[in-house]
Amino acid sequence: MGEAVLELEDVTVRFRLRRGDLTAVNGVSFAIARGETFGLVGESGSGKSVTARAIMRLIPHPPGEIQSGRILFEGEHVLAKSDAEMRALRGRRIAMVFQEPMSALNPVFTVHDQISDALRTNLKLSKAEARERVIELLSQVGIPSPHKRLDSYVHEFSGGMRQRVMLAMALSCSPSLLIADEPTTALDVTIQATILELITGMIERLGMSLLFITHNLGVVAHACDKIGVMYASHLVELGDKREIFANPQHPYTIGLLNSIPRLDAQSKYLTPIQGSVCNMMEPPTGCKFHPRCAHAMDLCRREVPKFREIAPGHMAACHLHGQG
Amino acid sequence: MVRGATDDMLLEVKGLTKHFTLHGDIFSRLAGEKTQTLKAVDGIDFHIRRGETLGLVGESGCGKSTTARLVTRLIEPTGGAVRLKGEDLLAFSPARMKNARKEIQLVFQDPYSSLNPRKTVMHILSRPMELHGLARSWAEKREKVLDLLHRVGLSVEHIDRYPHEFSGGQRQRIAIARALSVDPELVIGDEPVSALDVSIQAQVLNLFRDLQDQFGLTYLFIAHDLSVIRHISDRVAVMYVGKIVEAGPATAIFEAPLHPYTKALLAAVPEADPAKPPPKLTLKGEVSTPIDPPPGCRLCGRCPREIKVCAEVEPPLVDLGGGRQVACHNL
Repeated sequence: MGEAVLELEDVTVRFRLRRGDLTAVNGVSFAIARGETFGLVGESGSGKSVTARAIMRLIPHPPGEIQSGRILFEGEHVLAKSDAEMRALRGRRIAMVFQEPMSALNPVFTVHDQISDALRTNLKLSKAEARERVIELLSQVGIPSPHKRLDSYVHEFSGGMRQRVMLAMALSCSPSLLIADEPTTALDVTIQATILELITGMIERLGMSLLFITHNLGVVAHACDKIGVMYASHLVELGDKREIFANPQHPYTIGLLNSIPRLDAQSKYLTPIQGSVCNMMEPPTGCKFHPRCAHAMDLCRREVPKFREIAPGHMAACHLHGQG
Repeated sequence: MVRGATDDMLLEVKGLTKHFTLHGDIFSRLAGEKTQTLKAVDGIDFHIRRGETLGLVGESGCGKSTTARLVTRLIEPTGGAVRLKGEDLLAFSPARMKNARKEIQLVFQDPYSSLNPRKTVMHILSRPMELHGLARSWAEKREKVLDLLHRVGLSVEHIDRYPHEFSGGQRQRIAIARALSVDPELVIGDEPVSALDVSIQAQVLNLFRDLQDQFGLTYLFIAHDLSVIRHISDRVAVMYVGKIVEAGPATAIFEAPLHPYTKALLAAVPEADPAKPPPKLTLKGEVSTPIDPPPGCRLCGRCPREIKVCAEVEPPLVDLGGGRQVACHNL
């Protein structure tokens, strides 16, 4: 692996709620190399979005808090930065796109106003320079006749076009890391295909790294090189995309892959994971997956399995794999 | 079209149409601008035989949910015919319609908004029986409710709880139990698994299968997820901007799609297998508008196989034999 752009070491995020403490991210460690695309997958509430927000230091405090761990971005300690230093980092060096462009973009400013604002603050461009650059960015993300759409408001765009505007804004300051949090989930499948193509193409052309957060295994199979699987606040498996799909090792990953209906294989019944996700306010002891796991042993109920390497570049947190 | 004996035909829809008139605001009306027509469903034909599952697939705004509402008469169609077991559903009196509602039940997408938060599971499941006079005494209702809970994978401990005490998957099980409480023949699922996580979605899809076998149910299953449609359906109808563009046996449609739109949909699905080709869009531009659509094929301007006639004449849904139908000028 080349030089790491982003490294998370044992990151834990906790929310202190009136009903009690909730650990949303529990000792998560992974690294993303320069130019690499990393997919973080998991179901609702698994902690994948909170992980992304922790990297950006966007956890609302209170009630949330990054309790422990280290986050290194291009060798710098993100958690040690002042608020002013974080503002200089966000948008300029790490950019983020969200699932709902309608709620992430401001409805009362034109598209030009919003993108040029970032350009003028971060890159100190003049008004005219910023306008030129916005037109260029909009055409790069595939918005037809950008000089005409420039002064439109967000509601005048379709869902797919709004997501393109978000991408133009995210890319405006040439960040080295793009965090995309379910960017295609609200889109129809044909629009999703074009946005995925756009994201992967831009990442490659601009040499950026990508942290792609999604619940859709089909999307990561095509948009990412490496995959991390989260379950109930833990990273349970991590590895090269091909390895994860061809040779999954954690029972949760296996269960997830078996749960997906396929376009080609026609079987009458699917093989779902039994039960449902644990209550995060009162998580089970030991491995969080043990109440749903067909292979659960005594040890699983007692001890949280360590996240360890089970093959070169392939990590898993499961007692079935090497206890020594 | 391959037709069996007419008596196994449960639902037949012919030329079903729903147009919404858009009036615009007062200024455009004063300015004398013409009203626009949104053609949500624009003359569709389909049928469902007893015991089979018809999957209705398409992207947002193509009219699939409107179709579900028309078939249940939750909204009144602009035109066309709906026949339930050979009878004209649209001509039913209110009393007869109430009775027919017992035979067609709906399961909605969002189990958070489709269940009344103030009512217990017992109430939610027994009320439909009361309304249709299917159970008299409390003991009889309770027995039936327990049986329903058992069939959808819940148990006696859940009977006095409120919806907020359940997870999304369990709520959808309650919604399914409610649909079954009046012993329907046709169950319409309007995106019933779209809001669920994939591991729970698989459980609920299996439940739909089990119940179909147990009760001999007929399904109209509406979804935007092609893999889900492929999994659950015997036959599939693909909708695009108010029209059915292709229909036929699921295997045929998924293995050898004929309509350029069906092909595009399938090519755009990211399959959970890195060895498969990456998703691609084989159409130009974005979804066409259902508001005052121009004459000709709705896919005009986007289609890679467009010929001159496409912009002028709307392609009819043509039978190709083997139960397959396609609406395209240039196959």
